[in-house]
Amino acid sequence: MKNTLRQRIGEQFSLITLLLWALRVGVFIVVLWGSINTLASGRYEASTWINLVIAGLAQGSIYALIALGYSLVYGILRFINFAHGEVFMAGAFTSVFVAEALERSGFFPKYPILTFAILLIVSMTSSTVVAVLLERIAYRPLRNAPRLVPLITAIGASFFLQYTFRGLYGSGFHTYPEFGQLWGVWNIAGMDIQIVQVFVFLASLLMMAGLYLIVERTKTGKAMRAVSEDKEIAALMGIDVNRVIVITFVIGGMLAGSAGVIRGMYQPQGIWFFMGFHPGLKAFTAAVLGGIGNIPGAMLGGLFLGVFETVGPTLILQGLGIPAANQLKDAIAIIMLVLVLIFRPQGILGEKLAEEKA
Amino acid sequence: MFNNVRLALKLGFYGGIIALFISVIGMVETFDQRNIINGVVSIGLGVLLINVLVIGYQTAARIGKGLVQPGENGKQTARARAIVIGNGSLAGAVVSSWLALLVLVESQINLRSVLINVSPELISLLTFGLETGAGALLLLFLGTLFGGLGAFTFSLPSRVRRPLVAGLMWLAFWGLLSGVIRTTLSEIGIPSVVAKLFVKIEGLTPLGAVIIFLLAIAINLGNQRWREPLIERITLLPPTRQRYFRFGTWALGIILLLALPWIVGRVTSDTLVLVGIYILMGFGLNIVVGKAGLLDLGYVAFFAVGAYSTAILTSADEISAIQISFWAALPIIVIITGIAGLLVGAPVLRMRGDYLAIVTLGFGEIARFIALSDWFKPWLGGAQGVINIPSVALGNFLIVGPQKLYYLILAFALFALFISRRLDKSRVGRAWEAMREDEDVAETMGVNTIYYKLLAFAMGAMIASLGGAVFAVKLSAIFPHSFNVEVSITALSLLIIGGIGSLPGVVVGAFALVGIPELLREFSEYRLLLYGAVLIIMMIVRPEGLVPSTRRARELHEDEAAQDDWLKSETERNIITPAEL
Repeated sequence: MKNTLRQRIGEQFSLITLLLWALRVGVFIVVLWGSINTLASGRYEASTWINLVIAGLAQGSIYALIALGYSLVYGILRFINFAHGEVFMAGAFTSVFVAEALERSGFFPKYPILTFAILLIVSMTSSTVVAVLLERIAYRPLRNAPRLVPLITAIGASFFLQYTFRGLYGSGFHTYPEFGQLWGVWNIAGMDIQIVQVFVFLASLLMMAGLYLIVERTKTGKAMRAVSEDKEIAALMGIDVNRVIVITFVIGGMLAGSAGVIRGMYQPQGIWFFMGFHPGLKAFTAAVLGGIGNIPGAMLGGLFLGVFETVGPTLILQGLGIPAANQLKDAIAIIMLVLVLIFRPQGILGEKLAEEKA
Repeated sequence: MFNNVRLALKLGFYGGIIALFISVIGMVETFDQRNIINGVVSIGLGVLLINVLVIGYQTAARIGKGLVQPGENGKQTARARAIVIGNGSLAGAVVSSWLALLVLVESQINLRSVLINVSPELISLLTFGLETGAGALLLLFLGTLFGGLGAFTFSLPSRVRRPLVAGLMWLAFWGLLSGVIRTTLSEIGIPSVVAKLFVKIEGLTPLGAVIIFLLAIAINLGNQRWREPLIERITLLPPTRQRYFRFGTWALGIILLLALPWIVGRVTSDTLVLVGIYILMGFGLNIVVGKAGLLDLGYVAFFAVGAYSTAILTSADEISAIQISFWAALPIIVIITGIAGLLVGAPVLRMRGDYLAIVTLGFGEIARFIALSDWFKPWLGGAQGVINIPSVALGNFLIVGPQKLYYLILAFALFALFISRRLDKSRVGRAWEAMREDEDVAETMGVNTIYYKLLAFAMGAMIASLGGAVFAVKLSAIFPHSFNVEVSITALSLLIIGGIGSLPGVVVGAFALVGIPELLREFSEYRLLLYGAVLIIMMIVRPEGLVPSTRRARELHEDEAAQDDWLKSETERNIITPAEL
């Protein structure tokens, strides 16, 4: 009895646990100190913060759309499709040419909604094609390989796709034409809200609602859930596992493709072959944050990350007296990934699959 | 019969997609500036040619298996040979028809507005300067011809085939490196008038090509005939005499290693130094990934810390407050980077393999963000980096220029090699191995996994810091943009192509993935495309690498072996028959 008690104490107060607690407290103090400093300085009004949050939601909904692809694939194959950021890039990069062509021909100013639909179809198609090819060529032969093998393949695929698209479309930057109607401002209760941000948010919500219906209400969705539960048993129950996996990649690709066009609406500049890398990394962060494999979790994680990344530098880092805090926006997202993985690897909504199903 | 045709069509289809891909992403055109054989075939067309030949050969090999056993006793019937060659030609025709299609489509639609590399130059290359229709026909004809040739090569007896293939491979290899041969020849004092007969900057001369081809055939034949008996005779010698031979080989190797920069010349030495840096990185990463089994994708961070600490400690720039000599700084650099290794290692201690990979990738990016940021600008120089890094002095002797720098990197690389070799057989190495196999079991057996993981990170980081230090000295100025994710991916790719855990593999990988692209400047644009392809293909086809370490190869194929054993035992017990499977 005595012995076990001592063991338990020893376990709880091991050096690592102590360090982790120190880190936890340290992070908390830094965040609190920075925020209080910034808020106390009174440099920003309440409306600034609200605007930042809305911008963050818009940005976050794009992350969420990509994160869903990570989560869906992870849920079924238990591996990180690192090249998913490039699936997103494939859609955005391909449809920018259509957008430019439609703009030149004068079709775009006349029928903006139709144009949006066309772009969406083009982008989703190309992303889906890339995602399916990826699965067929790179991942399927490795389905039963040790875990790190498909991850290394995915990393290779990521760079292969980047430089393939660079070879195909060139290394220059492209720009989506601006949807004039979206770039207005709504004045609600004395605050200026950019229409485009609301549009982006709503469009993404619509896509996610569609996904939710597919997964929860259709027979295919049921099959997907069954496969994610247990591949072998699902196969025994007469589910074509290969087909379900392809469908998963198709859905992930479609969501990523739609994210590509939506990103083009929201941030028209900077469409090039490397545009998928950082959003991919962040969407993965979002997926982990929400609990990888968990669909509502990915949405929530994406939105949270978007808001945190937009508000964070201003709120926390400026308060700490760090100059040009926005340069560190990307670093914040990565640090958050590290912290989540240390303290709550199962994410916000995730079950404890981090250990057992591994 | 029908199956054969279908196979030929299928292989031709895939080969055609590859040919189309290579053309459309611009490789053919970019590599056209350099020739394998001057005035005969450029590297760009050579790649397409090799593609067709290989497809023809593969078609023949797959079909031929059922029809003839080629080479052995020459028992092929004329009919079997005709079938094989016919199908090879068919496959070749299908390959070239894709390119012909590209030519035809481009003549109707302007693809270039989207596909930037489908340029008039590419089209004129593919049509050999003829007009569309005639060019496409010629293309088809050549595809058929070379597909058939590939198949024909297969149908030759292996006695003839092997030297022939070896000759072609040598030709391609030296043609690729013709620029290097040229500088080397002038460096070792062969007058340029003589050298020009064999090789020009743009490629081999036809005479040089013939000589290399014949030389390769001679060596291959000689190898077949004399190598085995020679080895046999050496093993029959008494041990004391054998030692002379071993000693001789070693001495020859060391002399070659020491003389290398003066043989290949200044320009190529520069590449050698870069290759050396990556060999060093490969050795370091091998400790983390190969031995301890921790997939670290942010290895560039340690490289950067090494380079930056070198810069700050030794630079005469105003940013660095202190200025000490390289040798005095070296221990400090190594220690700083080791601490950085611990800092990266500590948070990821309890993470699973795939999470660890992505988090370390993130750390690599954070290192770059920090180096770039205004926040750290007073200390790290921001986007402008740190300049005025002095050369290394050894007493009164200044190590300046690539040929002397080579010895520095050689010394470091040998040091890292020595450490890696010693670690392999030590208690630490065994602990890492146990941890890689199964962390929980290792822990139960008394391996302190936390300690050994941190040790792996710190050791890997320290070796990378040496590479970073040489990198900083080599360029005498560093910028944050040099330290991007490409460096980590390069190090990982060379480790994987050589074989994870294999030290000779690192050297082979570094020469193949860093050396050759560096010597062919046009290649640099497609470097990462190549690395990506290497990672995918190696993982699917040969996960143990080109120069595998025996133990790793066994681990990777463990599952298959286990499955085979199971199957065998089950069939032996007659519970299931193979037919049921």
